[in-house]
This record gives sequence, C-alpha cells and structure tokens, in this order.
Amino acid sequence: MFNYTFHWNQAFKALPQMLDGAVVTLQIALLSMAIGLACAIALTLFRLSGNRILGGFATAWVEVARNTPALFQIYMAHFGLGNFGIHLSPYVALLAGIAFNNAGYLAENFRGALKAIPDTQTRSARSLGMTSMQAFGYIVLPQMLRIAFLPATNQMIWAILMTSLGVTVGMNTDLAGVTQALNAVSFRTFEFFALAAVIYYVIAKIVTLAARLFAARMFRY
Amino acid sequence: MIEIENVHKSFGQLEVLKGINLTVKKGEVLTIIGGSGSGKSTLLTCINGLEAIDSGRIVVNGTDVHAKGTNLNKLRRSLGIVFQQFNAFPHLTVLENVMLAPRKVLRLSKAEAEAMAVKHLTHVGLADKLNVYPSRMSGGQQQRMAIARALAMSPDYMLFDEVTSALDPQLVGEVLDTLRMLASEGMTMICVTHEMKFAREVSDRVAFFHKGILTEIAPPEELFDTPKDPNLQQFLAATH
Repeated sequence: MFNYTFHWNQAFKALPQMLDGAVVTLQIALLSMAIGLACAIALTLFRLSGNRILGGFATAWVEVARNTPALFQIYMAHFGLGNFGIHLSPYVALLAGIAFNNAGYLAENFRGALKAIPDTQTRSARSLGMTSMQAFGYIVLPQMLRIAFLPATNQMIWAILMTSLGVTVGMNTDLAGVTQALNAVSFRTFEFFALAAVIYYVIAKIVTLAARLFAARMFRY
Repeated sequence: MIEIENVHKSFGQLEVLKGINLTVKKGEVLTIIGGSGSGKSTLLTCINGLEAIDSGRIVVNGTDVHAKGTNLNKLRRSLGIVFQQFNAFPHLTVLENVMLAPRKVLRLSKAEAEAMAVKHLTHVGLADKLNVYPSRMSGGQQQRMAIARALAMSPDYMLFDEVTSALDPQLVGEVLDTLRMLASEGMTMICVTHEMKFAREVSDRVAFFHKGILTEIAPPEELFDTPKDPNLQQFLAATH
C-alpha cells in the first residue's frame, strides 16, 4: 500500500531554482503590499470625503475584495480584462489581483483603526489652523497606521501565500510556478511541494519577525 | 476685538445658544460661568468656526467667522483654543507637538519653529520634558503642553474650554497658575470655567450663561457679591 520511494536529492538539486522563485514571490508580495497600502489610504480618504460617488466606489471595492475568492480576483485581472482587450502578463495580473485584495482588507483595517482615534484629535489639529488634509496626514494617518500595523502584517503573510495562485494564470517564475514546472517534468510531487512549503513557511516567519522588530523601533510612544 | 451678535445655535431640536451678544476687547480677560448644558463651551467652538451657527454674526479682528469665503484656517491662527481633554498628539514628542503647526501652518523653518516651541514650553514650565511622549506626563503637564502648543501660533486671543475639569484636584493649581501668568502678561482670554475663585481673581468681566442665554455680565466683584439674576444667585449658592 505504501510503496512510494522518496527522492529528495532531485528536490535539493533544484533548490537554487526554487530560491530564485522565492525571491520573485517576495518581490510580488512586497510590491502588492505597497500598491495595496497606497490604494487603501486612498479608499479611506474616499470614504471620509463624504462624496457619495467616491464613497460608493470605495465600498464596492472593499466588498468585492473581501467577499470573493482571491483566485477569482486574479482570474479577472488576467482573463477578465483580457476579454476587453487589456492583456496583462501573468506577473502583472497576479500583482494586480493581490494588490486589489490587499487594498480591500487594509481599507477595512483602517476603518477599524480610525474608530479608535478620538475625533478631538482632528478638532485640535484644525484649531491650530491645519487644513483637513494636514490634520489627516500629520495627526490621523500616523496613528491609524500604527494601530493597523499588526493586522497589516497578517495581510502581508496572506499576500505571500496568495502568490501561489499565480500558477492558475500561467505564472512560472515565482516559487509555486517553479515548483509546479519541476513537478511536471519529474513527478516528484511530494518532495518538491514539501520543500516549497518549508520555504513559504520560512519567508512568512522572517516577515513576521521583521515586522515585530520594525514596530518595536518605530512605535516608541 | 471679538464681536458676537445675536448668535443662535441648535443641535437638532435642542437650542443651545439663544441669541448671544458679547464683545471682548483686546487685552481683556473674560470668564464664562454657568451650569452644564448652558451653552458656554459651544460658544467657544463657534468663535473659532469649529461649529457652524444658525443665525447671527461672530466677527474676529473684523473678519466674519461664519461668512462664506472666510479662510477659517487662516483665521484660526489668531485664535488659540485649549480643550477640556488635553488632546495631546500621542505619536509626537512634546517638542514635536508644539512645533508641528508653526512648521506646517506658519511655514517656519525647523530652527525657528523649534526656538518658538522651546520658548513657550519653557514659559509653561516644561523645559525638561521636550523629548518625552505625552503619555509619560501627568494630566497637568499635558494640559500645559496644550497651552504652549496654542501659544506657539502667536494668537491674538486664547480660548480656554474648562481646561481644569478633567484634571485630578492636585493638578488644577499648576494649570490655573499658567493661566494667571498669561492674564498678567496681557493676553486676551475667554475662559469657560467652574473655578469661581480663579474667575474672581483674573477676570476683567465675568459672564453667566443660563440655558443658552447670557443673563448677566459684570466685573467679578459685582457679579459674585451682588448677583441680580435669580438663576445666578442660585448657581452661586450651589457652587460656594
């Protein structure tokens, strides 16, 4: 019944290739976080603006991002836009899909964080002659980012893991894509994917630790 | 000069200001007393335009605060306000709290803003707390920082909204001493307060608010010793 023979050597020989893939994975995750963060701040401002069109746009974004599968979002970026003549490469489609997802979740984190900041902070800032944008930028935003920082690290981990969905749109340079390609020629499914899982785990752990160190240095108040 | 003419203000069904008339001259110290919900704090936030008014006029240095087209951000530079909750910016050090608005609003250089901040923080007795975060300070110290923060904008007027009401009793004195110092230096001040002794000492005039109406205004000796309005008599009897 159990007559599978492990061939770890093949997997270990492919390790340099897989690590190259891991670099691409980390790159996509970091870029998608940076884009997602910028979009989430914009969505938060849209919601605060009191403008119904901007607010509705932000709400629609957050609703779709949080209530549909990430796979669907990446598919839409690749095949969905493709139907309208916008052809994104697997790399860009994967990046766009994950950034879209990140922005939705981060915007929701920010909404919660904003509730923890008393509106007297804004009143004080405005009383000192600051414009509403200055009050947001110098007083509210830094406090919001601090409160939302640890939930945002979760999203970063999630972004790293979501990159593995890239194989479904033909991505073959990230960790999951490289692993899938190696598997396709060797059929050493267990070995390759077990090794990939370990690499994902290590990346996620390093990111978590780095985030904690960063928080300890940055947030001293 | 601050001129308040027939100001009405409602929150929903509740009318909190029912036709207030009041003029505060440069150099004057006016204190406003009255029960909670009498509209005295609301008036302060209407003066600097944080709250809109329903009718009437508030004119500061010749500028109609609530007129369309008034640049409120610019106007607020001349009106410092300190609130009951200290509203320290928790993510900034004491020095940064005080430097921020001079830098970003008045566009002072870093060195100028820092010199300005240090001067005012020294003035309120916080020279040794410059690089501390507000959470490390007592309520009294945070409130004095808030006063320095407002002063650093070089305002023409200072509005104080029950600045000692959220403080532990032993910390009230240090904040009142700071206000006394400002009054003696000739700062134009409107103080909403429950500290009757303080009001009697520092004020040029004291105003009594009752249910949204300014019922009596007079120099402190006259208002406290020979109150005419029965509501004021009752209020003073209850607070003494």
